[in-house]
Amino acid sequence: MGKVKGKSGPLARRPDNSAFKQQRLPAWSPMLTATTVLPFFYLMALICMLLGVWLLLTVQSTQEIKLDYTEAGTCDMCFEKRKNVSNAAQICTCTVVFPIKKALKGDVFFYYGLQNFHQNLRRYMDSRDDAQMVGRKTNLKNPSSYCEPFMKDPNGLPIAPCGAVANSIFNDTFTLTYHGSSGPSIPVPLLRKGITWYTDKNVKYRNPKNDNMTLAQVFEGTARPLYWQKPVYELDLLDPTNNGFINDDLIIWMREAAFPNFKKLYGVLYRAKQPFTKGLPAGNYTINISYNFPVQYFRGRKEVVLTTLTWFGGQNHFLPIAYLVTSCLILLIAIILTVVWWKFGKNGKRLEE
Amino acid sequence: MAREGEDPGMAKASKVKRQRKKKPKENKTRTVHANILYDNAKGEENPNRNYANNKIKTTKYTVLSFLPKNLFEQFHRFANVYFVFIALLNFVPVVNAFQPELALAPVVFILSVTAIKDLWEDYRRHRSDQEINHMDCLVYSRAERRYVERYWKEVRVGDFIRLRCNEILPADVLLLSSSDPDRLCHIETATLDGETNLKQRQVVRSFFDLDCDFDPLKYNGIIECEKPNNDLNRFRGYIIHQSGRRDALYKENLLLRGCTIRNTEEAVGIVIYAGHETKAMLNNNGPRYKRSKLERQMNVHVFWCVIILLVMCLFAAVGHGLWMFQYGDKRPVFDVLSPEGTDLSPIMSAIYLFLTMIIVFQVLIPISLFVSIEIVKICQVYFIHQDMDLYDEETDSHLQCRALNITEDLGQMQYIFSDKTGTLTENKMVFRRCTVAGVEYSHDANARRLAMYQEMDSEEEDCTSHSGTLPRRDSVTSHQSARVVLRSQSTKSHRRTGSRAEAKRASILSKHTAFSSPMEKDITPDPQLLDKVNECSSQMDFMRFHSQPMSQLPSDLADIIDFFIALTICNTVVVSSPNQPRQKVRMRFELKSPVKTIEDFIKRFTPSRLTSGSNSSSSSSLITNRSSNRGCSSLLSSPSAESTLTKLDEEQPPRGLEHSFGPVPPCYNGKAWNLEDGELRYEAESPDEAALVYAARAYKCSLVGRLPDQVTVELPHLGKLSFELLHTLGFDSTRKRMSVVVRHPLTDQITVYTKGADSAIMDLIKPPDTGKRQIKIVSRTQNYLNLYAADGLRTLCIAKKILSKEQYACWLQHHLQAETAIQGREELLFDSALRLETNLQLLGATGIEDRLQDGVPETIASLRMAGLQIWVLTGDKQETAVNIAYACKLLDPEEEILTLNADSQEACALLLEESLHYIQAKFLCSSTDQAAKAFHSNFAPFEIYPSSSPSSSSHTTPFTVLRLGLVIDGRTLAYALDKSLEDKFLAVARSCRSVLCCRSTPLQKSMVVKLVRNKLKVMTLAIGDGANDVSMIQVADVGVGISGQEGMQAVMASDFALPRFRYLQKLLLVHGHWCYSRLANMILYFFYKNAMFVALIFWYQFYCGFSGSAMIDQWYLIFFNLMFSAFPQLITGTLDKDVSAETLQQLPQLYVNGQNSEEYKPYMFWMNMIDAFYQSLVCFFIPYFAYADSDVDLFTWGTPITTLALFTILVHLGIETKTWTWMNWLSIAFSTALFFTVALCYNASCPTCYTPSNPYWTMQRLLQDPLFYLLCVITPVAALLLNLFFKVLVQVPFSSGGQMKLREPVSLFSEPTRWR
Repeated sequence: MGKVKGKSGPLARRPDNSAFKQQRLPAWSPMLTATTVLPFFYLMALICMLLGVWLLLTVQSTQEIKLDYTEAGTCDMCFEKRKNVSNAAQICTCTVVFPIKKALKGDVFFYYGLQNFHQNLRRYMDSRDDAQMVGRKTNLKNPSSYCEPFMKDPNGLPIAPCGAVANSIFNDTFTLTYHGSSGPSIPVPLLRKGITWYTDKNVKYRNPKNDNMTLAQVFEGTARPLYWQKPVYELDLLDPTNNGFINDDLIIWMREAAFPNFKKLYGVLYRAKQPFTKGLPAGNYTINISYNFPVQYFRGRKEVVLTTLTWFGGQNHFLPIAYLVTSCLILLIAIILTVVWWKFGKNGKRLEE
Repeated sequence: MAREGEDPGMAKASKVKRQRKKKPKENKTRTVHANILYDNAKGEENPNRNYANNKIKTTKYTVLSFLPKNLFEQFHRFANVYFVFIALLNFVPVVNAFQPELALAPVVFILSVTAIKDLWEDYRRHRSDQEINHMDCLVYSRAERRYVERYWKEVRVGDFIRLRCNEILPADVLLLSSSDPDRLCHIETATLDGETNLKQRQVVRSFFDLDCDFDPLKYNGIIECEKPNNDLNRFRGYIIHQSGRRDALYKENLLLRGCTIRNTEEAVGIVIYAGHETKAMLNNNGPRYKRSKLERQMNVHVFWCVIILLVMCLFAAVGHGLWMFQYGDKRPVFDVLSPEGTDLSPIMSAIYLFLTMIIVFQVLIPISLFVSIEIVKICQVYFIHQDMDLYDEETDSHLQCRALNITEDLGQMQYIFSDKTGTLTENKMVFRRCTVAGVEYSHDANARRLAMYQEMDSEEEDCTSHSGTLPRRDSVTSHQSARVVLRSQSTKSHRRTGSRAEAKRASILSKHTAFSSPMEKDITPDPQLLDKVNECSSQMDFMRFHSQPMSQLPSDLADIIDFFIALTICNTVVVSSPNQPRQKVRMRFELKSPVKTIEDFIKRFTPSRLTSGSNSSSSSSLITNRSSNRGCSSLLSSPSAESTLTKLDEEQPPRGLEHSFGPVPPCYNGKAWNLEDGELRYEAESPDEAALVYAARAYKCSLVGRLPDQVTVELPHLGKLSFELLHTLGFDSTRKRMSVVVRHPLTDQITVYTKGADSAIMDLIKPPDTGKRQIKIVSRTQNYLNLYAADGLRTLCIAKKILSKEQYACWLQHHLQAETAIQGREELLFDSALRLETNLQLLGATGIEDRLQDGVPETIASLRMAGLQIWVLTGDKQETAVNIAYACKLLDPEEEILTLNADSQEACALLLEESLHYIQAKFLCSSTDQAAKAFHSNFAPFEIYPSSSPSSSSHTTPFTVLRLGLVIDGRTLAYALDKSLEDKFLAVARSCRSVLCCRSTPLQKSMVVKLVRNKLKVMTLAIGDGANDVSMIQVADVGVGISGQEGMQAVMASDFALPRFRYLQKLLLVHGHWCYSRLANMILYFFYKNAMFVALIFWYQFYCGFSGSAMIDQWYLIFFNLMFSAFPQLITGTLDKDVSAETLQQLPQLYVNGQNSEEYKPYMFWMNMIDAFYQSLVCFFIPYFAYADSDVDLFTWGTPITTLALFTILVHLGIETKTWTWMNWLSIAFSTALFFTVALCYNASCPTCYTPSNPYWTMQRLLQDPLFYLLCVITPVAALLLNLFFKVLVQVPFSSGGQMKLREPVSLFSEPTRWR
């Protein structure tokens, strides 16, 4: 109102006759008629069907081997042992034997899996200090209060890495051995590095700056998490650069899983040497487990997963099925509509117009 | 005035409070002393110091108070408090869910958006205040002994200010002096009440006789007057002079702030009320706030959302408690203890979790809903404003939305209550016919002329309104400016005569000029009557020259001349000249004759006594006498020779008079007459007054000048006659008449002319024993009156009464007492008027036509097709009302009409009972013809009607069952509105197709609206144009004012102001429908969107031990509604058109959709909720299963879900959107782009800043992941498949019927399906 700038004369307040102001913008109003809707439905069904079939075929080419080792093989012993907290410090190793009937071709990924472990619990998830993990020295010595009650050890030393997530790190270790039909047992080489997101390893997690100091010196004055056997700078005894906050296992563990049943990458098959150049050949395998992680408190299960991947992820039949089912539904609806249209359409149309 | 602040309420209140504190003992009056007496004294001694100064401050805030005050106001809205509470909850560590600072963001955003809006408005007010406060005016300064320029804000109560022509008054000023020889000051009050006719204000009587200029230094009075109040038409008080003399003060002495001085060179006055205490400011109310029906429904559902939220939280809390309980004493490693390291019991953690969940699920209560609704409504108002179809070229005005938040109510109206005059009709009164002394003059030629105009109007409407007109208004700015070119006299240019230099005022003024369209002016006289007038006046002329008493005139001729004199003077019409429209025509010749001064003139022709002052001195002496209460005998005995003088000795008659002085018979050439006489312009307060004056002028009996104490009339042969105007007893709605008391210049008798409604006059006619002739006249006139009424004419009776001097003296004494009384003056004056208006002698009656506005019958027909019940509530008499009703197709000739006229409560009860039975009987027999289903559904009509839904009956009952009209008059209405009868009355009224209430008072109008609104629970719209409709407009759900010709009161009270009645059609059927359907759909969509989004998190609780984790990152959760999904729905809510404007107008039936609230029904809310939950299930579980058993982390999984939800929501909106413009596409593209941009930036910005969540580089990774895209395709398709299926089934004409069709408005016109 009131803006009569530049306009005067007899019809000063006449509204502009513009399409916008008169609500006459050129508009496309999709008329839903049988002739437009039905082809659309059929087309949609066809697209989904094709995609579904393609995905299904892709998934079919993958292989996956799951091995629940919680109480399998000789591990039942260790399982019992871990029931008792007082035995926590004792080492327990066990072996599980399993066959691979059909060779896993291509890149083979070695996962460990946990069931019923709620890494997505809110209080658990919050219990970490990202600033500490990025290597801020202030946070190293003085972790965020989010880490409570895993912020300081009973002596008042700050815990590094603090928080419940780091504290509960999965600490079973595995070695996989291949027993070929001929020849000796060959340990399956696993790449245990480079399995994290690039950004995690290089941006999100960094060790505190250590100009000339060793990691141990840097972490001096901090305590290891309560459940840990080793301090954070000794996580990987073989590779000094894989220690501290940039340890791959730690990084992977710190990426909290979305569901209570989850798996996490342990290693990737190193395919440089025979007989693993084409993947894991068929045959018998044994897996040696350093059994440390207790799961009985939460009725959890532990497993090992060996799998190959497709371009859209691991072996998961759901997505292709979802596409196929959706396509079928669309088709069903399209057919129903066609029938309705065929039977009543013409009368209905006349009634409307 | 609008810019002078929208909300002085606060300021007013505080000011009043302050005053009370300061002066607890202050009595009921205000005493004003002149400031100059205290100029040198200290401030404390000035008795005026406690009164508000003239500085206005309409701003709500100051720099300091803005933040606290604005926040305080915003927290009056419950939703804001709720969201702040939730944000604060986040600061409690045990329950917090988000980064506390982030959780504050939405609340702060919403609050600051509102605050910025308020701040901007306040700043605008401040700017306009500044501008106004710094306007200049002349204030007398004692130190300098002259008037000096001061700012308005420096004006104080008690200051003397000098006002010049065309200045705006800075404060309420008591007029003490005027350069006008008549001691008048003319003001234009358009800014206050929209009335453009000049109002005359008089100098206070004690200052009347001042010969020289008013000298403030000599002023020594003390003014006692009322406390400030907002009644524009009331001012009472008195001035006490040093001599102890008291003079009464009236509203005629007060110049109001905001008015403009016209026609008066200079005026001096003393400030009585200043600043916020001026009547103008006290009258300034802010915009109205109403809550629409849709919003009321919506609030119920917001409440339901709260319940759903609580249930979900409770569910999660219990779930969490159980989840913890199942682990027993041995806590798993992932179950983190409380920060203190102590164990949380399951119950405690459940309680904490409950609060956490409230935070997490807060999105369910849509924080942005309220803001979005406001935005959409503002856009809707904007579009309604801009609609060309609602623009009236004639008055250069368009629709105004005065209430910004009830646009959607326009789409849900069920009952329309309309005023008749000025609303259905043009309120352009055209003189049609008259009867004088029992003889009817049918004015056939006039009728033909009118018919011609009607045709011409419709043909030439366009070209006339577009044709350029000459600037007339220019003369306003300087009344002394050179002559403006005379406009052509062609009838074509009659419509628009004003140039609109000042756009704002022009519209108001042009409404005014509509009064004088030639249709009203150029009345073709009835030849018979014209002959008689001529004969009569020539006889009178003859008699005058031969000094014969006038009583010898034949009585029928005397009646005729009296009749026209009455028409001419019994009114308040002011004469002005069209060339300088604001310049009063001076009938004193001091301005027109350069040769002689007024003094010369008077000296030469006045008997010795009257030698000084103006030639109105006799009346001024009369007034002085009166006011000093010295009795009236001397006055009455003094001959009023002077007033008769003017007519005898005109030296230089104004042009046009040659004709009347020419040879007898004078030239009858109507055209010539009009050309010459067209120079005069009549400004009337009501159009029928003007019509009568124009009518009289057609008979050469023309009003040429009006002063407060004198009316000059020009008669054929007789020339100009000056009637000394002794009293004007103004029109009021109770008396329904007005009278003037004049001294007849020819007979020297004191004569009362009365004009009024026939019912009012006929009862006052002298008892019939006076003479046979009078009886005959009365009965004949009554017959003609009935005839006129049957023609739909407005009838007025004209009567006169001759007072003997003794009678007059007696009455005068009482009247003067009444006039000077301060307490109860109105009542006393009213009684005084009643005492005078008795024993009248009937002269005749007039019939005035009030033409229907363009397109009224069509509009009514179309509104009725739209299922609207239209009631007409009018103050007119029954016959007139019925005829107008027929003319505008409100009543159908085929319809039966129930007329309810009762004299008593019992009779009324009986009548209602009978009508009920009648209707019942008629209904029963007619229903047998109806389809059986109608019969069944309405089996016992009168038991069912009141209980059944009004919406169902509103369109089934009147259409299919009854074709009845109900006519009820005011008296019966009063009985019927009684508590005991109102139910019966309603039962009768609602079963009639149309209802007509005649002779109803403003109060009754509002009572009827209130009754229907409250009892039937329907949406009501009241439309009217006059002050008498204000109460009705305020009571109705939506009040519409016609910004027509009767001032602005109705517009001021209304929610929407229309220039014409016919625009109601588009306003309701198109804009109402659109606004309603847009808003309803948007609100439903809002609920759906929030529920769908929140449910995603709810499902996740089953997988995270009900711990309140959210896979949707806190940023997305908080900004999803506020930013990512906000724009498309706003665009759709503003622009979507479910049906095109053309279709809506062609098929008014579609309006039923809104009446029955079909776009927003409770079940729709629940359907939407279910749909939302279903879609969220799909959107949750497809990604869940797709990622199940993988190494996906929480946010890598949650971000696709957010994206999917966004896509699903957008596509859902796309399905709901009926029309796609480029803005829809743009908004959707923008939303998507915004989401990805924000996500990418957010995920790349800082790896440590957003604790507890840390979605670093997630989105970047996802964009490289094919799975993400695969999910983005399949999920929205699967989620919306069902919705689309139903949509298609409903919309596509597949089926021949079925319930689904009912949702689709288009299907409604196959048959009006009744369903509920």
